[in-house]
Order: sequence, then structure tokens, then C-alpha cells
Amino acid sequence: MLLGPSLAVSAILFSLGVVGVLLRRNAIVIFMCIELMLNAVNLTFVALSQRLGLDGQVFVFFVMTVAAAEAAVGLAIVIAVYRHRDTVNLQNINLLRG
Amino acid sequence: MRPLAGSAADWVGLTILLPFAGFLVNGALAFLAPRARRAVSVVGVGSVAAAFAVAVAVWSAVAGAHPAEPYVRTLWSWIPVGDLQVNAALQVDQLSVVMLLVVTGVSSLIHVFSIGYMRDDPGYARYFAYLNLFVAFMVVLVLGASFPVMFIGWEGVGLCSYLLIGFWFEEKEKADAGFKAFLVNRIGDFGFLVAMFLIFSHLGSLDFREVFARAPQALVPGGGTVTAIALFLFMGCVGKSAQIPLYVWLPDAMAGPTPVSALIHAATMVTAGVYLVARSNVLFAMSPTASAIVAGVGALTALFAATIGLKQWDIKKVLAYSTVSQLGYMFVGVGVGAYAAGIFHLVTHAFFKALLFLGAGSVIHVLHRAYHHTHREADAQDMRNMGGLMAYLPWTSRVMWVATLAIAGIPPLAGFFSKDEILGAAFARGAAAPFYYVVWLFGLAAALLTAFYMTRLMLYTFHGPNRTGDLERPHLAEAPWVMTWPLVVLAALTVLGGALNLPHVGTLHRWLEPVTERSAALLPNLAPSTGLEVTLMLLAAAIGVGGIWLATRMLKPASLTTPERAPAETGFAKLLLEKYRVDELYAAVIVRPVVWLSRVVLWKGLDAGVIDTAGVNGSAAVARGLGWIGSRLQTGQVGTYVFFFVVGALAVLAALLR
Repeated sequence: MLLGPSLAVSAILFSLGVVGVLLRRNAIVIFMCIELMLNAVNLTFVALSQRLGLDGQVFVFFVMTVAAAEAAVGLAIVIAVYRHRDTVNLQNINLLRG
Repeated sequence: MRPLAGSAADWVGLTILLPFAGFLVNGALAFLAPRARRAVSVVGVGSVAAAFAVAVAVWSAVAGAHPAEPYVRTLWSWIPVGDLQVNAALQVDQLSVVMLLVVTGVSSLIHVFSIGYMRDDPGYARYFAYLNLFVAFMVVLVLGASFPVMFIGWEGVGLCSYLLIGFWFEEKEKADAGFKAFLVNRIGDFGFLVAMFLIFSHLGSLDFREVFARAPQALVPGGGTVTAIALFLFMGCVGKSAQIPLYVWLPDAMAGPTPVSALIHAATMVTAGVYLVARSNVLFAMSPTASAIVAGVGALTALFAATIGLKQWDIKKVLAYSTVSQLGYMFVGVGVGAYAAGIFHLVTHAFFKALLFLGAGSVIHVLHRAYHHTHREADAQDMRNMGGLMAYLPWTSRVMWVATLAIAGIPPLAGFFSKDEILGAAFARGAAAPFYYVVWLFGLAAALLTAFYMTRLMLYTFHGPNRTGDLERPHLAEAPWVMTWPLVVLAALTVLGGALNLPHVGTLHRWLEPVTERSAALLPNLAPSTGLEVTLMLLAAAIGVGGIWLATRMLKPASLTTPERAPAETGFAKLLLEKYRVDELYAAVIVRPVVWLSRVVLWKGLDAGVIDTAGVNGSAAVARGLGWIGSRLQTGQVGTYVFFFVVGALAVLAALLR
């Protein structure tokens, strides 16, 4: 019941997230795109739990918990970076260059 | 069943253990108390003399039982690997007992002599440690009950030979001589090893008893296999016993102390090859080709080395070439199938050649002492610095004359009987194969030259005017008694040694029969008729006398000058003086190409060029290049990383969905 449309929506959401991560430069926006991908996955879990049992529902809670924790840490890092460099544009942050 | 079990033969291991213990004690003393000469002498001589006493006891046990089969005393299992079972076992039979007596007996005398000869040497303890170790290994060599055990002794005496040739290693020349001996011997040892592999692969054992019992059935007589085995064994002998083409190390080995030359490079170690052939008589008797090669090489060496001996001025070099020549005789003996005669000559040669070397050592010692007194730098070994020494060294000159007459083959001294028996056997084989007539002729010619060069040595050393120097002359006096009495004992043995194996009595011949009976069944019985035998004997004696007579007529000790004023040699004499330039030939044909190959191809080309450049530095450069490429990927842009990550994830997805 509505499995196909649900999965289609989650695939679209996930792709949008991926494209956002690839194309955007602003750390906050990229962060939001990652959240978008996580929620696309959540949607898949929920949709498939109709068929495959409640495990998927449970997993969604885990993902949300982890996402919350990630948001806290990630935003803290972004703020720290901003304080140092006065920017959150990832093109300007390349300390890992070989 | 085993009459020797429970007898003194059970204690035969002591003949190894005692000298080895002497080596350990003297080795320790060399480090801890190098000045304790008395203790070193007691341990050094005592251990070897005790070994000789045990050897005599073992001999009397064997003489009492006279076993038909060798008595093998197994000590422990040494190499038990699958089919290969090698025990650390000692074999007591008629042949090994004869060798044991000669080795320990002559060693004892030479150890005693060394007390006097090495008295003032700072390396006194080290010298006796090496000498004891040598005796231990030599006894392992002659007593080993299988090829590998014998090989241990074989390599061990090679090591001691190296250590003692280079005993005065502060002089580069002498260290090089030891190095040369070691290297040349490696070539022969390679042959010994290959022979062992062949024996094991074809006969399934390396024990003497089993190999020689199985060989007549398992191998085709005269076939390629047995010939190959015999020839590879002989290759080992050629190295160890200094035959053509590997004889070059022995003359150089004279760099060692003279008693070492007497013991290792005349009486015992260099005769190991003859012992090996006599021990493996079954294998050699099965292959007429290999036997002929043994006899041929022996005859050629006997004549070749004798000619070089004609023109040498160094008294030890003359004796060295004489040793090479006499070893050639022994190989003629074992090559023509007269194994007992070969061993007989080995024994008598051990007596008179040890005597000659020790006598020469005594002369060198005295001259060296004289030059030391006057602080003059002169060669104490050059015969042109000697002359007229009979007046100063009466005992040495007398015993050396005895040895000279013996080696020249003058009856009734030991050398006459042993040499005559070998030549007679060669002549008898000639009836079946004319090749052996040539061998006999070579032997006869070498006998003439032997008598000549030995008389030359005696005339130049002990007769005529003295050329040592006016200042040095008052210092010339007989060596101490500790050096002379071993000479007298050896002289007595030289006189009486012939009685071991008189013609038609053949004590030694019958004694060795249990060892040689298998090969005797394979060889044609070619005993010469009595008339012919007497003719040959008279001929041999006449040759000896003729050589001495020629030398006394041709040589003028009175007109000899010291080396500084000697005229340059020309023509053939120059060639002889330069030893046919064989060393130069080897240097040009073998040594220099090998060095060139090592230096230019292997070192500069392969090592520095390929391995260093392409291998070590090359792989480093490749790693550095790859690292550079890898570091280019690290842009520091998170976007790039994500891009590759996504591409990778898509690739994985594509692979999964396929």
C-alpha cells in the first residue's frame, strides 16, 4: 500500500540531498542536505516496515537520535570553524590538502 | 659375533676426545695465560701421546681379533631424515687402524719437535691448540664409518690447515696462502659432496659397510654411474691431496710453521685423498676408467712436480714439490689397484717426509736464530744461504741423509720397497692395458728426478762451503735435543719401515686383505713373475743410485753464490724456477676473469646497477611517484572527497544491482 510512491519520494529526497552536498559550498546548507538524506532513508525504513516488520520503525528512532547528536556536534564544529576563519564556505577550508 | 666389542676398540673414541680436550684447554690457555708454555706443552703433547697410546691398544685388539668385517662403534644417531640415516659412528678395521697409528704416532713426534721450534713464538698456546684440533679432526677423518662423518673430518682438517698456514697472519702473504689453500680445497670438496649425493641416490646409504656391500650388485661395473661417483670422489682427493690441476695450494702452504708443513702438508692431511681412494676401493675397482684416470693424474703429477723441485731454492718449496710428487706415486698405486701398496707408500712417506721437513725445520730454526743474533735480514729458508751445515748440525744432516736415501729409493730403506711395489704393480697392469706402461715410465722418470733434487737439496744445504755469513757462522749450532730426538725416532722408522711390507712377505698387504678383498675379486690378478720382479727392483734401485750420482757429478756446491749475487736463470731452468708459470696461468684464466666478473658484472653491473638502482632506489622512486599521485588527490576540498565517495557508492550499487 503506497510502497512504490513512498520509495520513489525517498529516492528523490535522497538524490536531492546528494546533489546538494555535491554542489553547495556553504557548510550549513551541506549539513541540511545530509539531514535530508538521513530523512530519506528514514522514509524508506518506514515504508518497508509494512512488509518486513517493525524493525525498520525502531531503526528510524535510532537514526533520529544519531542525527540529533550529529547536528549538535556538527553545528558546534561549524561554529568553531567560523570563529577561526570568519567563513563557513568549504572552498576556503582546505587544511587536508596533500 | 663381534670379537672386538668389549675390547680396547670400544675406547677408540678417546683418540678423538683427547686431542679435542687438548684443543679446548690450550685454546683457553691462549686467551687466559699465553705465557704458560710449560702447561701448554704438557697438554698439547700429552693429549696426542695419550691418543697414540689408545691407538696402540686399539691396534693390538684388532691384531688379536683380525676381524673379517669392520667393527663399527655407533655413538649416536646424527642425521635421521627419512631414508637418510647417518650415525655418528667410528669404524675400526685394518685400514683405519693403520692410519690411526700413523696419524697419532707422527703427530706425537711432531708435537714434541714443535716445543723446541715454536719456543719463542708469542702464539705458542694458539699454535698447540690448532695442532691438537687438527689431530682430532684427522682422527675423525680416518675413523669415520660413513662418508658424511669422514667429510666432517675432511673439512675440519681443511680448517686447521687454513688456520695454521696463516698462523703468522700479520704478514699478508701468509694469510693469503691460507686463503688460497682454503679456496682451492673448496673446489675438491664440491666433488666430494656431489659424489656423496650420487652414492645416496643410487645406493640408498652413506655408511661405508652398506655402500661397499651393495655397490657390486646395485651398480653396473664399468658403467657411467660408478665412474661418475669415483671421479667426483677423486675430485675431492685432487683438491685435498694436491694433484694436478689443484696442486697449486700446497707449495704456498709452506708459509706455515715448518712442523705444520711436516704434519699437515706432508705426513697426514694431504694423504687423506689416498686414504679415501683406498677406503672406496670397491667403487674404484668397479670403474677401470676412473682408476686409469687416477693413475694417470698421479703419474703426471709425480713427474711434473718433480721437475719443478729441480730448480727451487727455498728448502721447504723443494720438499713441498717433492710431497706433491710422492702423493702422485700414491695415486698411481691406488689407481692401478695396488691399494695396499698405495697405503704402504703413504705410511713410509709419512715417516721420511716428516723427517725431511723436521730436518729442514731444524736447519731453518738454526739459521733464523743466527740471523736473529746479528739482526740481519736474510732468507733463512734459501739454500743459497746454507751450505756446509754438516759441521754445525751433525745429527740433523745424518738423519736427513737417511731420509734422502729412503725417498730416492735406495734399498733397504722404507721408500725403496714402497715405491718399488707401486712401480711393479703399474708395470704388471701394463700387460693388460699398455697405458699403464706409460704410467710406469712416468713413475720411473720421476724416481730419477726425485733422487736428483733430493741430493741437490742435501749438497747445497749440508756440503760445500758455508754461505750463511761470516758474522752469523759462530752462532750456528745443533738445535736443542727436544728437536733432535723426534728426528732420530723418525729416522729409525724410515730405516725399518720397509719391513712392514717386504716383497713376498707382504705383511701389510695381508693385513689389509679384509678391506680390499671385494675389489681384489674385481681386478685382474697380475702378479709379476719373480724374475721380472727382481729385474724391476734392480732397475728401481739403479735409477735411485743414478739420480744421486748424476746430482753429485752435475752440481757444484762450491760455486754457488748467495741469492743477492745469483745470476739470472734462462731458458727452461727459468721456466722451472717459475714453476711453469702455472699460478700466472690460473691467475690469467680463472682468477682474473672471476674477479672481473665479480667486480664489473656482479658488483658494478648487477649489484650497483640492477639491484641498487632498479631494485632498491627504483622501488623507492615508484613509491614516491605513487605517493605524489595520491597526494594530488588530497585537494583538501570536502566536495571532491564527497564526489569520489558518491562515485564509489554508485559503483558499488551498480555492481550489486547487476
